[in-house]
Amino acid sequence: MLTPDILAAAVVNGLTTGAVYALIAVGLTLVYGVLHIVNFAHGAILAAAMFAAYFAFQYGVDPYVALAPLAVVFFGLGYAAQRLVIGPASHGEDRNVLLVTLGLSIVIENLLLAAFSSDTRSINTTYGFATIRLGPLFVSLPKAIGFGVSCAVGMTLWALLNYTDIGKAIRAVAKERMGARLVGIDPPHVFAVTFGLSAACLAIAACVLLPVYYVDPRVGEAYVLIAFTIVVLGGMGSIAGAMVGGLLIGVVESLSGLLLGDSLGQLGIYLIFILVLLLRPRGLFGATA
Amino acid sequence: MAETLLSVRGLHAGYHDLKVLRGVDLDIAEGAVVAVLGGNGAGKTTLNKTLSGLLRPESGEIVFDGRRIDGESAAAIVSVGLIHVPEGRKLYPDMSVRENLELGAYKRGRPARARTLEHVLAVFPRLRERLSQRAGTLSGGEQQMVAIGRGLMGQPRLLILDEPSLGLAPRLVDEMFELIRRLNRDGTTILLVEQNVMQSLEIADIAHVMEHGALTLSGPARMLAEDSALAKAYLGM
Ligand SMILES: Nc1ncnc2c1ncn2[C@@H]1O[C@H](COP(=O)(O)OP(=O)(O)OP(=O)(O)O)[C@@H](O)[C@H]1O
Ligand SMILES: [Mg+2]
Repeated sequence: MLTPDILAAAVVNGLTTGAVYALIAVGLTLVYGVLHIVNFAHGAILAAAMFAAYFAFQYGVDPYVALAPLAVVFFGLGYAAQRLVIGPASHGEDRNVLLVTLGLSIVIENLLLAAFSSDTRSINTTYGFATIRLGPLFVSLPKAIGFGVSCAVGMTLWALLNYTDIGKAIRAVAKERMGARLVGIDPPHVFAVTFGLSAACLAIAACVLLPVYYVDPRVGEAYVLIAFTIVVLGGMGSIAGAMVGGLLIGVVESLSGLLLGDSLGQLGIYLIFILVLLLRPRGLFGATA
Repeated sequence: MAETLLSVRGLHAGYHDLKVLRGVDLDIAEGAVVAVLGGNGAGKTTLNKTLSGLLRPESGEIVFDGRRIDGESAAAIVSVGLIHVPEGRKLYPDMSVRENLELGAYKRGRPARARTLEHVLAVFPRLRERLSQRAGTLSGGEQQMVAIGRGLMGQPRLLILDEPSLGLAPRLVDEMFELIRRLNRDGTTILLVEQNVMQSLEIADIAHVMEHGALTLSGPARMLAEDSALAKAYLGM
């Protein structure tokens, strides 16, 4: 029987999953919007971050405690990767950037495989199965935390882009590189900050995912496929689009899982995807010009 | 005689295999309006880009305010007060007029920004009511005001204006030249690149004609304006 409570539970569950999808998609869309490339290393960085959180836990550091330091570390790693490897190796050609990120993803994935094998791992926390009560519904505590953290990060990123100097510099470089250089903005620095922010979002996503999901060296692939769908759905380069698109995809996945069964659940995502693109080819929040 | 603010010697620059500037020598005195005129493709914009550090010179020397700046980054050059308002404006179309203007002060301290913005809005009162409008939706004339306003936000000591009257209606062209005169009166040294020969010669102190990447004719602007034979030969008038 489909009672309103069951439907509501599926929607809430979808929102909590979708918020983390959004967090993963936000970095992808940010890098696309500013560097005009799809970062093929996105999934590998997520997997690396999940392993980092996993080992932090083995040394007694809870993922929620590791979240802030790992975000800082991954910001630094992302900054350095863009500034020292991806940028210089691509000689200013967008096409090369694409190939370099593809190469980077292969390197990261194989390093993870060599170091940790393809075993699936997960952590046991005291709160892994805890729930909180929301009216008539029970929501998984770690998923509720993931929802809250993801929304907070999304809003922080939005505020950063709109109200800080570096955020405005990022938006300026995204649309008008020469105009940005004319006021003294240094595009290589801006690209590296953008890449760093994207990696920091992945580190945060990794920390909220780990209490509820497993990790293996290929775990990023599944998420990135969904994240890419969200980026296109929301409008390539749009932060708001990625946030709304992520929540939407989470709910659609959850509802179609409920209505069509688990094996067909993913089908709903692609039906919505095709439908939205038929009606709005540039995505929900894509530029119309 | 006023101090020399900018001094260029033997400047060569270009794009990959294409040589554009072939030995440019140029001096600009503090407080002057200097015009560089010349036909399409002569290398005027390339000169501006090289002065502002967008393009690395192949050889030659650029001294600004007693300091070598050739080979410095564009950001460092903006910091010392050499500001380039480009041909084609290069605004950030999705950002508001206010954000476009404020980014002009990116290399300046925050405290100075509000004051500089007030100054720019006094120069361009029409922009005040458009502060929250997206720059990409402004008219061409308004966009040119934002482009120059953004340049002024950088507190220029030398302001390079590359074809500021391009695409403006005749009445606005007159206003633009009046504005340049006013900015100069207020103390800004100006390097003006223009296709609008007569009006440029009227407001400039010194004028140069650029041909094939070199300055082939230089002199007081008034003399160039009066010498109709020269004007015909060099400027196609
Ligand atoms: N980015 C570029 N890459 C390659 N060649 C360029 C580039 N920009 C300009 N050129 C070439 O350099 C030469 C000089 O161009 P430049 O833009 O400096 O001329 P200009 O005097 O400003 O002309 P106009 O009056 O049309 O603006 C031209 O032959 C042009 O084709
Ligand atoms: Mg030009």
